[in-house]
Amino acid sequence: MTAPGAGGRGRRRLRGGPGSVVPAAEIRTYYDRPVLKQPVWTWEIPAYFFTGGLAGASASLGAIARRRSHPLLARAARRIALGGVVVSPALLVSDLGRPERFHHMLRIFRPTSPMSVGTWVLTVFGPAAGASAVLAELGWWPRLQRLAETVAGGLGPVMATYTAVLVADTAIPVWHEARHELPFVFAGSAAASAGAAATLLAPAAEAGPARRLAVTGGLLELGAAEVMRVRLGEQGEPYRLADAGRWSRAATACTAAGTALIGLGGRRRRAAAVVGSALLLAGSVCQRWAVYRAGFISAADPKYTVGPQRRRIEERG
Amino acid sequence: MTGYDDGQPRMGFFTDTSVCIGCKACEVACKEWNGVPENPFAWTGESYDNTSGLGANSWRHVAFIEQGGGQFAAGSGESTSAGHSASAGQSAGQAEDFRWLMSSDVCKHCTTAACLDVCPTGALFKTEFETVVVQEDVCNGCGYCVPACPYGVIDRREEDGRAWKCTLCYDRLKVGEEPACAKACPTDSINFGTLEAMTAMAADRLDVVVAAGRAGAQLYGDGPSGGVDGTGSVFLLLDDPEVYGLPPDPIATSKDLPSMWGAAAAAAVTLVGAVVAAFVGGRR
Repeated sequence: MTAPGAGGRGRRRLRGGPGSVVPAAEIRTYYDRPVLKQPVWTWEIPAYFFTGGLAGASASLGAIARRRSHPLLARAARRIALGGVVVSPALLVSDLGRPERFHHMLRIFRPTSPMSVGTWVLTVFGPAAGASAVLAELGWWPRLQRLAETVAGGLGPVMATYTAVLVADTAIPVWHEARHELPFVFAGSAAASAGAAATLLAPAAEAGPARRLAVTGGLLELGAAEVMRVRLGEQGEPYRLADAGRWSRAATACTAAGTALIGLGGRRRRAAAVVGSALLLAGSVCQRWAVYRAGFISAADPKYTVGPQRRRIEERG
Repeated sequence: MTGYDDGQPRMGFFTDTSVCIGCKACEVACKEWNGVPENPFAWTGESYDNTSGLGANSWRHVAFIEQGGGQFAAGSGESTSAGHSASAGQSAGQAEDFRWLMSSDVCKHCTTAACLDVCPTGALFKTEFETVVVQEDVCNGCGYCVPACPYGVIDRREEDGRAWKCTLCYDRLKVGEEPACAKACPTDSINFGTLEAMTAMAADRLDVVVAAGRAGAQLYGDGPSGGVDGTGSVFLLLDDPEVYGLPPDPIATSKDLPSMWGAAAAAAVTLVGAVVAAFVGGRR
């Protein structure tokens, strides 16, 4: 990619997005090499974004369902949250470069590290959600079960959104510049998946709130993701490129179709509810993968790093 | 910020790229002293640079940039018009149509270090010299520091799963020695000392270089302002930072944490609202 002849460094053009007021600018780079390092995170991380969000929103759904006299829906949501918290730590430990040292996360609490904050949230949320589900199944210690359920329900929304702060607190432009929208994308995605999973597992007679949560979550996920991409402008280009583009389009298609199916036919037709739920779950997974992969594309091309920084300098004068 | 109060001044580098000859003695000395593994060798075709960048196994990296054909501001005429004497260095009127830039890059040892801020194990810490160092026996390879660094310096070593970067030769500093790269540098392109002295040296040197007709010369990483609140690695560059693969205006994103947590809190409340609303006035 180097310029021919004596010009040793790369020169790139970064065009403004459609309707952008930013003029096409010439970007100077070092042989087109990335300024930033690629994330070293593997598939476990977007998978955890999904399972953690699913567990978090399900714990809140379960806690409120029990208080609102939906015991069977509450049971389904507790079981989903249990599944999520069993899988989540395994995913996180497996992604470490040194899995046997996972407990080093528990040496300190560092408020400036969203991963440290998240570790401690998961350390409280996981056992709480697990105890809530297991004690309820066994019928043991109901007061302790209620306490665990309340703790898990309260921390659930944090579980569903802190991961957005985790990726936003990096130098990767497509993540950091979306810092105000990503938490809503993740919250919507978590709500949609929790509603969808509970729609599948709860008896139809009690599944009404789960369907409504699925629809609200799906709409929030679609809306927030669209706002994010629009506000990112030219920095949002990775969401249109390569695998990130495919994940992003799949997320939109699945979530839109799932939301429509559940919203329009979920109450009367079980088949619509089931297919719609499956689509919403798939859409939530695709959404996490779209965000994850967009970060790699954004880090790999120096134009995303250099262009906006150079403009920032010029605007300062 | 560091919690040390022992009168130890902040130590740092001043890398004067205008006298770098591209010998890579710094790369070699660093590898030798710190026991950094070798890189798989490949010809890049990018001038004399086959290291390509900083990483887990490259803690110094010499960049080579070949410029010609109006890719840079050939300065002699401009310098005289700016009022400087043309006597320093170049004979006036002899236009440059080619130049070769070389620069030895290294960890910036930021005042507000994003890698350190996001490290969940405490493996990354600030030393008494206000340098940023990874404790290899603590790091569990979570990888968060890697995308957090706005300079793309730190990386995880594939073979052992831990994050590695320049320690500013913490062991040598401890016994009053200068870092291996600075020790090996034959032209004093790499200088080491108190950050105060390095910053002053950089400012003096910039005056000389500009007077000699280098119009694009500029300091990088000097002073306490900017997105990382200053660095412990000051550079004198002859062209814009991005030409050397450096970010022109890096920020430690941890500075935006309050607004990021604010957005997350709003999203969390929205989620609770969605759950509660699902039970309101509904038909089953």
